[in-house]
Amino acid sequence: MPALMGQLLIGLINGSFYALLSLGLAVIFGLLNIINFTHGAQYMLGAFVAWFLLNQLGLGYWWALAIVPVALAVFGMLIERLMLKHLYKLDHLYGLLLTFGLALMIEGLFTQRFGSAGMPYSMPGKLTGGYALGFMFLPTYRAWVIAASLAICLTTWFVIERTKLGSYLRAATENPSLVQAFGVNVPRMITLTYGFGVGLAGLAGVFAAPIYQVSPQMGSSLIIVVFAVVVIGGMGSIMGSIVTGFGLGVVEGLTKYFYPEASSTVIFVIMAIVLMIRPQGLFGQR
Amino acid sequence: MATEAKRAPVEGAPSLASRDELREARYHRNGSLVLFAVLLVAPALVYPVFLMKALCFALFACAFNLLIGYGGLLSFGHAMFLGMAGYLSAHAAKDWGFTPELAILAGTATATALGIVTGFIAIRRQGIYFAMITLALAQMVFFFCLQAPFTGGEDGIQGVPRGKLFGVLSLEPSLPMYYTVLAIFAFGFFLIHRIIHSPFGQVLKAIRDNEPRAISLGYRTERYKLAAFVMSAGLAGLAGATKAIVFQLASLTDVHWGMSGEVVLMTLVGGLGTVFGPVAGAFVLVAMESYLAELGAWVTVTQGAIFVVCVLAFRRGVIGELEAWLARRRKG
Repeated sequence: MPALMGQLLIGLINGSFYALLSLGLAVIFGLLNIINFTHGAQYMLGAFVAWFLLNQLGLGYWWALAIVPVALAVFGMLIERLMLKHLYKLDHLYGLLLTFGLALMIEGLFTQRFGSAGMPYSMPGKLTGGYALGFMFLPTYRAWVIAASLAICLTTWFVIERTKLGSYLRAATENPSLVQAFGVNVPRMITLTYGFGVGLAGLAGVFAAPIYQVSPQMGSSLIIVVFAVVVIGGMGSIMGSIVTGFGLGVVEGLTKYFYPEASSTVIFVIMAIVLMIRPQGLFGQR
Repeated sequence: MATEAKRAPVEGAPSLASRDELREARYHRNGSLVLFAVLLVAPALVYPVFLMKALCFALFACAFNLLIGYGGLLSFGHAMFLGMAGYLSAHAAKDWGFTPELAILAGTATATALGIVTGFIAIRRQGIYFAMITLALAQMVFFFCLQAPFTGGEDGIQGVPRGKLFGVLSLEPSLPMYYTVLAIFAFGFFLIHRIIHSPFGQVLKAIRDNEPRAISLGYRTERYKLAAFVMSAGLAGLAGATKAIVFQLASLTDVHWGMSGEVVLMTLVGGLGTVFGPVAGAFVLVAMESYLAELGAWVTVTQGAIFVVCVLAFRRGVIGELEAWLARRRKG
């Protein structure tokens, strides 16, 4: 029982990262029509910036939570203004290729500087320890990550689906030129949206830093799984990517308990099955 | 149909279209003659191991280009065919005692079968989704190769014997090996040439340019796309199987997503959808990697930078730009 619960917990943790990252991908794709391959590298950058803040400037976890998303968002907006902007009129595949190239550059530079070995990031003092629940031990930090990502995901959903700002965003996703004709500055909205998505990736990186080792490769393998998650969910709905993210994390955790050999491939197998039955994805529209 | 029309005797002045077609055919023929003449004498001037590596990657890139350049499908998982075929060919040569040609055949057949399965799943979506799906499927194959007992995990399959071609000609010295690789490359290159210029290739191009229209003309487009995917997978497998025999090694590098990215880069640098572009791109990148090998991760950084530059400013690639320049000169 404790082992099963432990794997479920790990599944929920992984699920919160899948949800945060696929949410960012979906928001970016909705408006920019670009699959942001740099997302994994930006998540890794988030963890590294948090590490720098702690080890070079002595600014701890809570500072990192505030600074990193903003720093990454600014970085993302620079990328959008300098590069992605030129690709909107071309085939969407060029956006994928460009962001793939950026991911290689960022990952290569960090591997060159820090090597492949991971660096530990110490857990923030208030979040160490845990609760004995009788059937399992719940580390405080993990509970915090799950709760915080769930809160962020739901807030994002609320803002996009239930507020005035979100309605502009959804309208621009449907028909950018019409929205522009109504006097909304769509190019600026695109820049801010990309910045927001990248900021989310950076935030996920900060969450990940105390759990996983901070290493240059931490993003690339994760992003491929997140792509599979996105294909399974379909990028049509915000809630869809949140539910699929958490759900697949749990499924992966359960597989790790019942049939560990398949745990690294189970999400890809589910993707193949979903594609056979419902090619547009669980929550996607044709 | 198209080939018949080309061969029919032309009465009076040929139309513009057929003159362009004839010019293109002439350009392809002359270009291929020059390419193979150079490759025949190249081992006298260049290190054969470098040439063999470049030729394997050139065939790999040509196979990839068949899919993106003529089918409009960007696969981000072609490493699975290269790597899987490599493993099978290495395993067959080392543990089953196959002669090299049979080992290569076994590897190619495996990649083709894998192409049928993965193609069947992947062609259900297009564009960006197709790229993500192939990437995910390739990652699944990567984990399979990491865990399966016969692949040797992190070590790979080492010390694969090159053996004797047809049980007669030893491939241990580099010259017989080089000319075998060249023959395999030539076979693949001309097969792709035939595919592109066949009626099948014309339909493929029609689907690439306007799929709804091809459907309304009565073509079962998903069958054409699957066929193109399987052919591309098989040829990529041929490259991988050959590479494993040449370097006597099959390893995880060849199934890793980095390899899928590399073949995209080769084709992009040389020129998407051009006949000679993938070959040029493969030579450029293999050369770059051998010169920068000591610089470690800087290779990755450089590759990333080339991607960015190509996408932003150089989308036609080396050969594509050259062809465009020649066309402008002819007109101007």
